[in-house]
Amino acid sequence: MSVNHTLAQYSNWAYTSAVAIYVLSMVFYLAEQAFGRRRATAAAPARQLVAAGAGGPAESTATPPAPPVSRPGERSMPERLGRMGIALTVLGVLVHLMSIVLRGLSVHRWPLGNMYEFMSFVCLIAMGAWLIMLRRFEIRRIGAFVLVPVVLLMFLGGTVLYTQAEPVVPALQSYWLVIHVTVVSTASGILLVPGVASLMYLLRNAHDRNPARFARLGPKLPGVDTLDRLAYRMTIFGFPLFTFGVICGAIWAESAWGRYWGWDPKETTAFVAWVVYAGYLHARATAGWRGGRAAVINVIGFAVMIFNLFFVNLVITGLHSYAGVG
Amino acid sequence: MTSIVDDRPAAGAKDPEPPRQSPARAALAFLRNTWRGLTAMRTALILLFLLALGAVPGAMLPQWPLNQPKTQQYITSHGWWGTLLNKLQFFSVFSSVWFSAVYVLLFVSLVGCLLPRTLDYGKQLFAKPVLTPRNLARLPHHSKSTVDGDPADVLAAARHELRGWRLVERAEADGSRSISAERGYLRETGNLVFHFALLGLIVAFALGKMFSYTGQVIVLANGSQFCDSGVLNYDSFTPGLEVDGTQLDPWCVRVNGFTASYQPTGQPAAYSANIDYQSGDDLSSDTWRPYDLKVNSPLRTAGDRVYLIGHGYAPQFTVTYPNGQTRTGLTQWKPDDQTTDLSEGATKFADPPGVTNPAELKQQQLAVTGLFAPTALFDGDVITSTYPALDNPAASIFVYQGDLGSDAGSQSIFAIDQGMVDSGQLKKVGQANLTPGQSVTLSDGTKVRFDLVQPWVSLQVSHDPTQDYVLLFAILLLLGLITSLVIKRRRLWVRAGPSDDGPPRAGGGSGRTVVEIGGLARTDQAGYGEEFVTLSARLLAAARTAARSSAGKDTT
Ligand code: HEM
Repeated sequence: MSVNHTLAQYSNWAYTSAVAIYVLSMVFYLAEQAFGRRRATAAAPARQLVAAGAGGPAESTATPPAPPVSRPGERSMPERLGRMGIALTVLGVLVHLMSIVLRGLSVHRWPLGNMYEFMSFVCLIAMGAWLIMLRRFEIRRIGAFVLVPVVLLMFLGGTVLYTQAEPVVPALQSYWLVIHVTVVSTASGILLVPGVASLMYLLRNAHDRNPARFARLGPKLPGVDTLDRLAYRMTIFGFPLFTFGVICGAIWAESAWGRYWGWDPKETTAFVAWVVYAGYLHARATAGWRGGRAAVINVIGFAVMIFNLFFVNLVITGLHSYAGVG
Repeated sequence: MTSIVDDRPAAGAKDPEPPRQSPARAALAFLRNTWRGLTAMRTALILLFLLALGAVPGAMLPQWPLNQPKTQQYITSHGWWGTLLNKLQFFSVFSSVWFSAVYVLLFVSLVGCLLPRTLDYGKQLFAKPVLTPRNLARLPHHSKSTVDGDPADVLAAARHELRGWRLVERAEADGSRSISAERGYLRETGNLVFHFALLGLIVAFALGKMFSYTGQVIVLANGSQFCDSGVLNYDSFTPGLEVDGTQLDPWCVRVNGFTASYQPTGQPAAYSANIDYQSGDDLSSDTWRPYDLKVNSPLRTAGDRVYLIGHGYAPQFTVTYPNGQTRTGLTQWKPDDQTTDLSEGATKFADPPGVTNPAELKQQQLAVTGLFAPTALFDGDVITSTYPALDNPAASIFVYQGDLGSDAGSQSIFAIDQGMVDSGQLKKVGQANLTPGQSVTLSDGTKVRFDLVQPWVSLQVSHDPTQDYVLLFAILLLLGLITSLVIKRRRLWVRAGPSDDGPPRAGGGSGRTVVEIGGLARTDQAGYGEEFVTLSARLLAAARTAARSSAGKDTT
């Protein structure tokens, strides 16, 4: 079957537009931060109290996560900016989704056949997951920080990794490919958000301990307990999914390459990431490792995932790299 | 909360301790402390970290088992540093002493951690929820309110609300009553299943490494056969530690043909080999069963898997010697370019007819080398291939005559011995660009004809007796993990006692009840907050409803 170049072209345009919209929404989130200084500082002392209790064996009754405060008619300017940011993110996600669907239609296959498509999907999931969590947690203020890696990845995906719309080589024509790659990229996208949340946790935590550190940024971040809960919730969702994805990958490898596990660089890095996340879950159950240290481990896990998405395909050649850059 | 029985052995061991320890005792204490240290959660955490760290060079550096030439090149180009890393086993991380040490320690730690936890778990299965703490206000989650109605009504309502929790109601010393409730026992089940499955997976994986083997072989796709009857039939064979190659499962395949289709760009679209196979009883009855061997669908037979992992072309040449006798050679050539299948190789004619004298043989051996293009394009005399399908096959050959040096032993089948050429014992005696059917005549009258081209396939045979178990454990691991992460362990206590304030009632007391609720999360503490708030609100609402309806009964 031949490639439908018109659809492929539309897909590319949608991709570029999505990146542009994300950048714009990032600007709005940042504007909210810049103008919303006073309100956020006022909220800080209350959060610090909660944080102080968090070191013990059990955290104090957490503030129930209210949906973002909304009293129609009396929204402040920063609040309005933030909400526009969210609206733009939603729009971005829709356009982004369209780009992926069009790509799939243009090549008549599941649109996860090379690094560019893979990266695009990971970013879509990350943004989708973030929007969903936004309904449950008051985390709009880290919107810009979630968008940073997403926009960066999409930019690199669209330039360095870009691959023409093409059918895939025989080894990749398998329904296990569809399952494996879809699950792994979904898990990667989901795990991107807690990675950012844990990073923000570390900043906020440092600020709470010594207000001189991150003095400008610190007060504007959500409280440590919110960030910790967000990170944990998403990790315990993403981690089993990732585990499942790796198992599917092993099943696929068994039927395509003759062994289910061969310590190929990509597999090895996935193993490292898996062990790091297992370490994160352990740390959360180990006295003295709960807060900051667990967050550090989670950030490392996130770094390894990104490293696996990128570096391993680009720099190190293994069996997996033929799903790589055209 | 621990029972007295649990403490006794430890106390008993300590009491008779003499002031100075005997060496045996000291050794014992050392062992015990080591064991305790090794099985502590913190140690497991550090070992996990080391495991992750140790695997990193396995991804960053070339590895011997994966890519020998690349590893060799890396070592040579990094001087003493490369040599040092090689000595430290950084190029075979997953069989290195240090990596093995970490995972063996982790394994021991896991066993040591699981044994006591399994015992605890067994006890817990039948245990009642723990006594209500005296001071519920000191728990992380707590609420206190006063409702109308008797303690008994309140508790009855609470019991009703707490369906699905394991609970026990007790009378307390001060006359109030309390419920201890606990939920999420399945979480520990999931966690244990997860860790045991991990244990099983590691064992199965390790056994697999010992008893597995892989072999590779190239078979011409012209009805040629391959039988898994001995290691020597393979072009290369990689056995596990416990495999000596004498006990292969017998089976045979016959490769009848190979088809490939390509995109216009030359990117392959599909490969398939038409094969027949026989194994088990079919061998004695000589029954062949057909199979369509494709890249993602290996043939599974007799506990082995046969994979189609590569393909290429074998040009066939016929040499007509000056005396009129002929020899035909059909040898696979190696694709050098993955997208156009431009191939390179050497078809050797080591036994010219009628020559028996070794000295004369060393003058008369022939080799046809060069390049083969499935879709040839000539730029002057230089051949290239523009497409991997057999659209316009042609070969650009050199004919060598002399001593092939075959007695030097194992030689590449894809090349002639360059040493023999350099020393002048093997001379180039002709060259030509040929399409199938064309021939070239050498100065001594020998004629070399390019007859035709046949495809070959490269097969990989894999044998791994434990892989099904690995899969089974992986699935258990996943199920255990999900259970363990989804289910939360929660404890809840409800204490109901008569309230002192409020107007006294005829029956004694105030007719009001103080309801105190306390909560403790045993996992995912952070998440219990909102949950506790909703739950205690529900309990109170139920208590109020119950009180109202029983008050209604009282008045009528
Ligand atoms: C072989 C390496 C190990 C891996 C990959 C691993 C992995 C995990 C994972 C992913 C979890 C979280 C999921 C769950 O709660 O079921 C977990 C929990 C747990 N692991 Fe391990 N584990 C390992 C070894 C150990 C060892 C040696 C111990 C004993 C010291 C241990 C004790 C625990 C405990 C107590 C929990 C429950 C934590 C909680 O309450 O949240 N694990 N482990």
